[in-house]
Amino acid sequence: MTQHAIEALTFDLQGETFALEASLVREVLDLLPETEVPGAPPFVSAVINFRGRIIPLVDLRLAFEMACGDPTIDTRIVVIEHPLDGEPTLIGLRADKVHEVTSITQESTEDAPRIGLRWRTDFIRRLARRDGDLIVIPDLDQIFAARGQTASVTSLHSTPTR
Amino acid sequence: MSGLDPTETFRQEAQELLEQVEKGLLDLAHRPEDRDLIDAVFRGLHTLKGSGAMFGFDALAAFTHHCETAFDRVRKGEVPASKRLIACVLAAQDHMRALAEGRPVEPAVGKALLADLHAAVEGGDAPAAALADPAAPVAPVGKTWKIRFSLPTDALVNGARPLPLLDELRGLGDCRVQVLTDDVPALGDLVPTECHLAWEVLLTTTHGRDAIDDVFIFVIDDMTLEVEELIEASTDNAALEGATKAPSAPPSEKPVEAAAQDSRAVKTGETVRVPAERLDEMMDRVGELVIAQSRLRQLASSSLDTALRAVAEEIERLAAEMRDTMMVVRMVPVIQLFARFRRLIHDLQNDTGKKIQLQIEGETTELDKTVIERLADPLVHLVRNAADHGLETPEERAAAGKPEAGIIRLSARQSGAEVLITIADDGRGVDRDRVRAKAEENGLIAPGQVLTDNELLNLIFAPGFSTAATITNLSGRGVGMDVVKKTIEGLRGALDITSNPGEGSVVSLRIPLTLAIIDGLLVRVGTSRFVIPLANVEECVELSPAQDLRSTGRSLITLRDELVPFLRLREQFNTGSAPDPHQKIVVVSTGQDRVGLVVDQILGDHQTVIKPLSSFHADIGAFSGATILGDGGVALILDIPALVQLGQRHDAPMRVAG
Repeated sequence: MTQHAIEALTFDLQGETFALEASLVREVLDLLPETEVPGAPPFVSAVINFRGRIIPLVDLRLAFEMACGDPTIDTRIVVIEHPLDGEPTLIGLRADKVHEVTSITQESTEDAPRIGLRWRTDFIRRLARRDGDLIVIPDLDQIFAARGQTASVTSLHSTPTR
Repeated sequence: MSGLDPTETFRQEAQELLEQVEKGLLDLAHRPEDRDLIDAVFRGLHTLKGSGAMFGFDALAAFTHHCETAFDRVRKGEVPASKRLIACVLAAQDHMRALAEGRPVEPAVGKALLADLHAAVEGGDAPAAALADPAAPVAPVGKTWKIRFSLPTDALVNGARPLPLLDELRGLGDCRVQVLTDDVPALGDLVPTECHLAWEVLLTTTHGRDAIDDVFIFVIDDMTLEVEELIEASTDNAALEGATKAPSAPPSEKPVEAAAQDSRAVKTGETVRVPAERLDEMMDRVGELVIAQSRLRQLASSSLDTALRAVAEEIERLAAEMRDTMMVVRMVPVIQLFARFRRLIHDLQNDTGKKIQLQIEGETTELDKTVIERLADPLVHLVRNAADHGLETPEERAAAGKPEAGIIRLSARQSGAEVLITIADDGRGVDRDRVRAKAEENGLIAPGQVLTDNELLNLIFAPGFSTAATITNLSGRGVGMDVVKKTIEGLRGALDITSNPGEGSVVSLRIPLTLAIIDGLLVRVGTSRFVIPLANVEECVELSPAQDLRSTGRSLITLRDELVPFLRLREQFNTGSAPDPHQKIVVVSTGQDRVGLVVDQILGDHQTVIKPLSSFHADIGAFSGATILGDGGVALILDIPALVQLGQRHDAPMRVAG
């Protein structure tokens, strides 16, 4: 098998590194004023004004049962375009820190193991290894379809280790 | 999407033409002598045939040709516009529609329709010889016309083809064509896609001037056309040569407004067909412009630079004008909607055996195109309902001392930012006892529950209600009245019914002019801002601290001797903030319910562009959309009916206990 690589934007959520295909990403923004939507699930609790469009702001940390710390100087919003109920939709993702665009080869990735993870495995498309570290490639379709609910896996350790 | 698919464009055009023809035919049934109507029908058919052929809808063109032919004869007074002929052409409409939409059709159906058509024309004491095709020369003698025409240089690029024009002229009679090459430039300057030719045609025909003008009906706007009648009915070569030898200037230099000479050649080309999506995109841009402009205004107002202020004011004015223009562009008259009901009534009369007279008022009232499209199905249902349940049979009507023909009246008029559409019938009215019995049977109300007359009537729109004792093939299938109500509310409209026994019923719809822009009241709750649609707002009052304290047990205020329940939006939205000392109550109405909404502050009027929420937030229900404010912030737009319902659900246990 040849070196089949994808270009991916890597970013941190509570110390874990995640990656998204760079082609999905429209823009990386500094924090914007947020408008809370009363009654919305915490996972997607607010909307923002992205260049005259009103887009939902998703907090992936909640899908992965991470603590939501206060924003820091590194906090960014990654705007992606992703189909939602069949409609291409712009969605903002909170990121604690955004790193570079890197290429991830097919060989360096593997399916998520069934045990040893405290996250819902169907929320993870692949895991990638890099320099002894792990990069999580999330399955956005599953996460968005679940609206951030994590109820199907009850974790004994609801607080992350780091 | 490109929106430029010519086939699609043609289909749209065909749709409109067919509607126009249909309207003409239905009118003609009442006024068979009306020249204008006959001409309008003929013109519609002619255009349909012509554009059909142009876009490769040959079957449609061939079929339409026969209808056109029939009407050509009516137009010439050879055949009367008999009821039978009108019925035939009306029946043929569905076939044409199928052909235009490219649906598969039974050839036998087309043949049968044509046979009917011919029979109908023949029935009108027409000489059989001329029946087959009046385009063929019938009589050898006729007038001779000298026709000179030239097309604009960009005609070929725009899709005009001179050859079919010449062929059509040849079809009218004996024809000699000479091409005039005076304007053709030197070879070096020649652009092959440009048309520099002019033609001179000597035509001997029994057809009139009208027939010649009709040939050029599609290109008349840009071309130059001269038609003169030669006194001597001669087709000599000499005449032709004499004409060409005459050192006349090229025809293109002395254009003759054929349209001015002939009132029948209506001026076309003044409308542009634009896909609705493009208008939506433009609307979005205008919305963003308005938002950017109000940010500019804020910046300018805090600046001392007078030049900047002047520009900001100028842009404010332009943006406002732009927005108003944009709104107007999206408006279409409701006639587009009402026209189809004439046909529906026509069919309903046959299906029900009732005599129905349709009255239409205010057909020039305009509404947003999207709104019109979404209104079609509910209105069809309401009209069917009126015909089926409302109107009596002719015998019943005679017994009740009413004229045999029942009346269904559709009317539209604008009132403020809303359009009021009513569907009225003069039938038997709603049978209240039956409505009550049915509602009790279906568990919608408790037996013997006290209801106002209005509440009782509006049960008709409750889900799971159908009064039809027997389900006919008209009503009682597909959508119910509850779906009608949902659709209207989805358009941010409201509907109401009134009815008098023996006198008929009136269903009235109040529909906002446009879906894209909304007049709202901007309020603050906690730190968030919300927009309440102004159409729902009745009044604003202050919630005094005393009332506030007292109302912990009951959320009711007395407003002009009437108790109005209220919802604290702060609690509803869990803002977690302390209330302002002087809270306000915005009293809103959903048509039936009046409810007060307690807010922290009223910020003022706000005209806003509605932006939809993503599917993440669409199912929350309390919000119908969002909008961007002058400072770039976002405000959610409250969906008042949904919010009131949420509040009622919230309150329901309390009410049962009390």
